[in-house]
Amino acid sequence: MSRYFIDRFSRRIVFIFGMVAFLILVFIAVFILKESLPALKEVGVVNFLFGTKWYPSHDAFGILTMVAGSVITALLALVIAVPLALGCAILLAEVAPPRIRNIIRPAVELLVGIPSVVYGLVGMIVLCPVIARLSGTGSGSSILAAAIVLAIMVLPTITSISEDSLRAVPIQYKEGALALGATRWQAIHHVLLPVARSGITAAIILGTGRAIGETMAMIMVIGNSPIFPTSIFQPARTLTGNIAVEITAATGIHESTLFATGLVLLTLVMLINSAGLLAYRRRA
Amino acid sequence: MDPKIQTRALDFRYGKVQALKKVTLDIREHQITALIGPSGCGKSTFLRTLNRMNDIIPNTHLEGKVLLDGLNVYEPSVDVVEVRKRVGMVFQQPNPFPKTIFENVAFGPKMLGINHRLRLDEVVERSLRRAALWDEVKDDLGKSGLVLSGGQQQRLCIARVLAVEPEVILMDEPCSALDPLSTLKIEELMRELERSYTIIIVTHNMQQAARVSDWTGFFLLGELVEYNKTGELFSRPKDKRTEDYITGRFG
Amino acid sequence: MIGLSPKLTQKLAWGFVWLAGIIAVLTLVFIIGYVLAKGLSAISPEFLFTEPKGGLSGEGGISSCIVATLWLIIITMAILIPLGIGAAIYLAEYAPDNKFTRLVRYSVELLAGVPSIVFGLFGFAIFVLALHFNYSILAGALTLVCLLLPFLMRSAEEAIRATPQSQREASLALGATKWQTVVHVIMPAAMPGIITGIILCVGGAVAESACLYVTMGGSAGMPSSFLSGGRTLAVHVFYLAMETNALDKALATGAVLIILILIINLSTKWLSQRFQAKMSGET
Repeated sequence: MSRYFIDRFSRRIVFIFGMVAFLILVFIAVFILKESLPALKEVGVVNFLFGTKWYPSHDAFGILTMVAGSVITALLALVIAVPLALGCAILLAEVAPPRIRNIIRPAVELLVGIPSVVYGLVGMIVLCPVIARLSGTGSGSSILAAAIVLAIMVLPTITSISEDSLRAVPIQYKEGALALGATRWQAIHHVLLPVARSGITAAIILGTGRAIGETMAMIMVIGNSPIFPTSIFQPARTLTGNIAVEITAATGIHESTLFATGLVLLTLVMLINSAGLLAYRRRA
Repeated sequence: MDPKIQTRALDFRYGKVQALKKVTLDIREHQITALIGPSGCGKSTFLRTLNRMNDIIPNTHLEGKVLLDGLNVYEPSVDVVEVRKRVGMVFQQPNPFPKTIFENVAFGPKMLGINHRLRLDEVVERSLRRAALWDEVKDDLGKSGLVLSGGQQQRLCIARVLAVEPEVILMDEPCSALDPLSTLKIEELMRELERSYTIIIVTHNMQQAARVSDWTGFFLLGELVEYNKTGELFSRPKDKRTEDYITGRFG
Repeated sequence: MIGLSPKLTQKLAWGFVWLAGIIAVLTLVFIIGYVLAKGLSAISPEFLFTEPKGGLSGEGGISSCIVATLWLIIITMAILIPLGIGAAIYLAEYAPDNKFTRLVRYSVELLAGVPSIVFGLFGFAIFVLALHFNYSILAGALTLVCLLLPFLMRSAEEAIRATPQSQREASLALGATKWQTVVHVIMPAAMPGIITGIILCVGGAVAESACLYVTMGGSAGMPSSFLSGGRTLAVHVFYLAMETNALDKALATGAVLIILILIINLSTKWLSQRFQAKMSGET
């Protein structure tokens, strides 16, 4: 009968579709690894990872500067974003009345949808001149500018996961604290936050993953100079920026080193996100 | 008259938990058989083995036979879809599809391949009449099934089952979510349907079993303790456990 | 805090959290407001219908970018939608509960975290080079499918799982096959959620730039087919900002982007409300 045939046939088709995401991931890992190998062999893994000089025209391919650029910018962004995000999360989960909540929550969600080039553009036009004036030198394209822009971009992620974690805390804990005479803030501080700790940690870790992966906005405000930064008011270059800025013109070993940069980036982000997913699963 | 459905030494497990123990039972055609017993005694589980609805639950294990007109429905060569057409089911919570009344009743025939509009109109009207719902909804067939009252929704679900022309109708506590008036309407409906179908009803309401059924089976902890004509079972129970349950000493 | 009364500490804490919320909202308002305020004035019919002419002063408009973005969305969605829904159906309805399935699910989660530029590298190596599509809308679309797939799968699977089990049982008990149940009962019920997911993916595609920057090439001309290279609106903003002085045009393009994103966001909210009403029985 035809409908039985369709039933069996469709089973096989959806299985294939189901495997696609898994296959894509495997393909990406394999391909990037394959394209990186020439560079890693010729430059040497240690030279590549720990070399501070990136001069493709002189065959110098050390990405430590870019690693520093990515990591310092991301950490600085977290320093700015995490307190704000936690504040928003507590506000949304515990403090704000429903009407205000219905304004703030969509606003935070909308921040996610704004294209990163728009963030970069506004950062370039508005933020960098301010920083230039503050630091007295340069164009303002700096780690600080990039960190501020990045902080705004990861704020929604950290806020929403933290808010969910706070809401997931069983209400009996809060009621127990209040019944003992604690103020609402004491209940949040001493009961809700500790219990929601895994979820909030997961939120921060996942936010970090996104921060390290951001490209276009970074290129627009960080200055892209492959020289080791000595202050946050100086320009720098991120791993992501390194790839985007040079891939279209690179050939030969140079091209391979960019894939190798991608490999480092991929590995870094995978490790961070796996840690985040693990923390996320352990939450209440 | 040969029994319509027979089970022989039916064992059923959810994982390691034994839910049915060697249940052997004959269901007679064109009669209403009620299955009673306290919560968790296995009566719903038993009902679901009759149309292989337990197949969709993972990690279950069945031994023994379930015979429909002499053929074991659990034979590998048997088409489970065909079994479910012949043995229909009405659930405890009315579960009409979020579609129109017409589409709800026409769903089964459509799945079986009947697409001709006139035939579908015929089937829908006939099924709604048999479910005693036609007069109430005949002008509203295009409305969503969800706007009906609880009792009407359940009759819609019955009409839906009737549309595939089953031979047996299984009812799993069909009235427990309904008000007394709807319950009575459905009990009336059951007595009507008995003439053309074989009905097996699981109920936790003993009075309902006594009112409606011809045969009653009492389940306790996965065992079929007693099975007899309803009148006999309620007035002269043979097993002490049956007597205790009926007189309300437990359950 | 030592020395401060609990009530005072609470006042300070409340002050802080409200400040955080206000900062978040003000930042959003500022960014959107700034771009719209500075950008809307430069949007004219001429702007929308002429091609960018390149050069340091960034003459021209964004017509080719609009067309490229449209082509990109159409091709991406044509591949992504069946793929994402099919995969979600597999995971929600057919996949057995074993280690392999857990591995597949985990890989979807990991894929969601891969940075856009890495997808760009991958797309560059495979679609642009190995498969010889060159810099093209097609290469960009295929890359975008890889990037967006985990997100559509998540939305679709959630929508499918939200369908009550009683509906499945009712359908199977009537003698429908599993596939018939999926098509005629589960899909219609899950459609609202799936459509919301699709629209959000369109929003994501419009906002994307990194992976398209390296797979579509930077050609500012009108694409003649999906094998032509091109720039999407977002990528054009980047080029304008980095290679020209025409920051006003960049802001204008940004304004167009923001309006598109707002429309997309609002339509998901509107659709959600409409579907809620439909589900509760008012046909």
